[in-house]
Amino acid sequence: MSQRRIRFGSWLMLLLFLVLSLRLWQLQVLDGDRYNRLSEENRLRIIRTAAPRGIIYDRNGVPLVENIPTFSASIIPENLKDLDTGRLSSLLGLRKEDLEEKLNRKDTSPFVPIRLRQGLTYQEVARVEASRSAFPGLSVETEVGRHYAYGKIGAHVIGYLGKPTASQMGDGGARSVAPDLPLGQWGVEALFDDKLRGSPGERVIEVDARGRELRVLQQRKALRGEDVRLALDIGIQKAVEETFGGKAGALVAIKPTTGEVLALESFPSFDPNMFSAGLTPQQWKSLTEDRKHPMLNRAVQSQYPPGSTFKIITAVAALEEGVISTDTKVFCTGGLDYGRWTFGCWRKGGHGMMDFHKAVVESCDVYFYEVGKRLGIERLYKYATAFGLGRETGLVLAKEKKGLVPTAEWKKDKRGLPWYLGDTFISSIGQGFVSATPIQMALMTAAVANGGTLYKPALFEGEPVQTGKLALKPATINFIKGALSGVVNEPNGTAKGARSSLATVAGKTGTAQVASKRKGSVPEKLMDHAWFVAFAPVNNPEIAVAVFVEHGGGGGAVAAPIAKKAIEAYLSGKNRHEERGEQTSGQALPTREREDGTGPGT
Amino acid sequence: MVKIDRRLIKSFDWVTLCLVLALAVIGIAAIYSATRPSLSAGTHPDFYQRQLLWLLISVTALFAVVTFDYLWLYRVSYPLYGLGLLLLVAVLLLGKTSMGAQRWISVGPFTFQPSEFFRLFFLIGFSSFLSRRGGESLSGIPLRGLVLFGLLPVGLLIKQPDLGTAVLLLCLFIVLTLVKGLSRRIIAIALVIGLVSIPFVGNVLWSGLKDYQKNRIVAFMDPEIDPTGIGYNISQSKISVGSGGLLGKGYMQGTQGPLRFLPEKHTDFIFAVFAEEWGFLGSLGLLLIYLFLFLRGLDTALKAKDDFGRLLASGITAMFFVYFFVNVGMTLGLMPVVGVPLPFVSYGGTALLSNFVAAGILISIRTRRFELFYP
Repeated sequence: MSQRRIRFGSWLMLLLFLVLSLRLWQLQVLDGDRYNRLSEENRLRIIRTAAPRGIIYDRNGVPLVENIPTFSASIIPENLKDLDTGRLSSLLGLRKEDLEEKLNRKDTSPFVPIRLRQGLTYQEVARVEASRSAFPGLSVETEVGRHYAYGKIGAHVIGYLGKPTASQMGDGGARSVAPDLPLGQWGVEALFDDKLRGSPGERVIEVDARGRELRVLQQRKALRGEDVRLALDIGIQKAVEETFGGKAGALVAIKPTTGEVLALESFPSFDPNMFSAGLTPQQWKSLTEDRKHPMLNRAVQSQYPPGSTFKIITAVAALEEGVISTDTKVFCTGGLDYGRWTFGCWRKGGHGMMDFHKAVVESCDVYFYEVGKRLGIERLYKYATAFGLGRETGLVLAKEKKGLVPTAEWKKDKRGLPWYLGDTFISSIGQGFVSATPIQMALMTAAVANGGTLYKPALFEGEPVQTGKLALKPATINFIKGALSGVVNEPNGTAKGARSSLATVAGKTGTAQVASKRKGSVPEKLMDHAWFVAFAPVNNPEIAVAVFVEHGGGGGAVAAPIAKKAIEAYLSGKNRHEERGEQTSGQALPTREREDGTGPGT
Repeated sequence: MVKIDRRLIKSFDWVTLCLVLALAVIGIAAIYSATRPSLSAGTHPDFYQRQLLWLLISVTALFAVVTFDYLWLYRVSYPLYGLGLLLLVAVLLLGKTSMGAQRWISVGPFTFQPSEFFRLFFLIGFSSFLSRRGGESLSGIPLRGLVLFGLLPVGLLIKQPDLGTAVLLLCLFIVLTLVKGLSRRIIAIALVIGLVSIPFVGNVLWSGLKDYQKNRIVAFMDPEIDPTGIGYNISQSKISVGSGGLLGKGYMQGTQGPLRFLPEKHTDFIFAVFAEEWGFLGSLGLLLIYLFLFLRGLDTALKAKDDFGRLLASGITAMFFVYFFVNVGMTLGLMPVVGVPLPFVSYGGTALLSNFVAAGILISIRTRRFELFYP
């Protein structure tokens, strides 16, 4: 009896032995890799040191950003039971609930510090250091921060740094970066993040269960990011910032010979330093809910009827197609009757007898109705699109708007209505369905200035990329340049506010109508949008500018002086920076008849 | 004087001796690796030296036990058991409290854990008691035995509380009565009563448990519930074992123990340290040594020349096996954490000594299996 039971005991032992062996097999062989990883995670800490980020310079070598130390407070969550959260929250200037939420997060590990607040000031650092004995595990950490020397100026181009978004964490390129390392989120900082970022340094250390560092197993130095030199001239941006005076709008300056973007401003702007200091929810809310949308890049993302600035295209088309000669005369009575409608000229009393030059200089609408009638919408379309309207320019700063150049088919398609001659009339003066972005108008102006070549806008100096070429007759170019110079420099010109003593400026005003004309003062939101496009010096153009002021009123009064500022800032800054000291080729013209504030639009 | 005759040497059970010696040596090597300092400059704690010293004492004790005929134990079994019970009472009255349990007694500069020896006294006493019951099979255990060898010692141990030893004693009680030949009817009745009373007893036991004991059970059921708190031991133990993989990280290359991620690394969780460094193959080898030891022990029980020897050999083997299975099962996350050392391998002098004495009794039973019974 007992012998059988002892033998039964052997079998039972064998069975239990088998259970242990199978479990051992499961842990060590089947799940071995996973447990091995866990044991490595126990003992290895990878400490990353951020690489100094590359510096962004303007075209003259002026640094636009700098790397500065920032301070953050962290705490090691080992002994939090006795923590006086009330005192700590007031020390750090945090709400008690926010602090407790950070401390009670589930994914913390007992030896990895929790970051409590970033962007401490020097005084706060001193206060925290002084109170450290009261809060075991509290420490101040130093990190590299980004300071934008010019604040709001150029923010839409330079961009800002911020915490990686969820999608950036997922993509392979950014995953190699420490999760709390800020990434470029906007503008050049985002576009060239790979280049600017450099590669972080890494120290693999072995620690024990108390987090004590035992030895360094691997070490890699941080590699500084590359610097970037933009085509931008911060001098222009600065000069322009002051002149906009709180209005919304945009300015784009292009180098006509290459397509380089010399300036790009969108108003209102935002301060990128706010982002690098860690945006508070209230700040983010005020940014996104601002009625004027500071985060909208109006230079590429807002489209409006170009108004009379479009007459440049109409004029070029007319001369090239030979539908009109420079001597063609039209008598302006202040309007053109067509069937039941009257198409008015902006000057109610009429311009009287006009030739082509005078029609451009004084921006006579009636003359251009006649030109448009002779051209027809198809040919207008051909030239407008040849000048780059109605398509993206290829500047990758933000999702671009395309603008619109209408055709008869387009109207039938989208509106279900036939094309009327009246549509051609208002299209030829840049109203109605026509719309364009400031950067499109700047590139069009640059193409006129350089004799017909359309370039892709470039953020850096380098090989220019052509996106179109108009084979214009020299006579056409000469006529247009002369007429546009007249707009600024002749007594009857509509843009006398753009006259400069540094160079001969050529330009064209424009007004995009918001509401029908009314007498007296109108509230700002019903005021017309002001346009002005210009280039200078007229004979050897170095800069082409497009200015757009939302609800600015007349183009000549509001937009032209801004363009002048930009041109002068560029030319004088260029003289200052270029040691060769080339003379500007433009001749200074006396500004005899200043009629500030009265220069009419259109 | 006891004469050591040639027959004794000729039939000496070298196999069992070699197996336990191998285990003890493996143990010292593992303790050496587990306690090595994490910084190369640190001094090596002397745990391995102390264990080595205890091993020498234990081997001496083993040979001393083997020289005596185990029948001598039969004669003094009751006084021995009485002494054991007295020690348990003494612990309750004079014992030192450590980690919520009163288990140690100080004698001069030494502290020792009486329950380590009590389990031996219990085995000897109960084997002796059962072997005095007549014939081949047992129709029932008299109430006297049930109280004297069941309720009394278990109650004293739970009072300490030393739950591990209490449960071991219950197991040995059952094993010995089964080996003795409890009738099937009684076994069936006991099983039914046992099954029916599980919820009730479980409830009473649960409410009688200390908080740390409850936590261990909760942590065993779901180690992920609090991997840095009550589930820490189990999850770190599994990480240690699993990270060893097929071939292990190599001797002195384990990281979990020396870097202190694994608690109780040289005592209760020594198997995890060994498994991390020697991998699946090494661990399986270690388990096989144990298996041979157990099978040898049961073989000794089968070959024992009398009832007392058979019961004692089965009891000692069962004791080794229970400790072994509970310890390895706990290390592998198959059981809740119970503070049970791995016999012969874990650090701990008293346990090593008592296990070697037990092994000595096993060897003595096997060695004297051909001798005639003479008083």
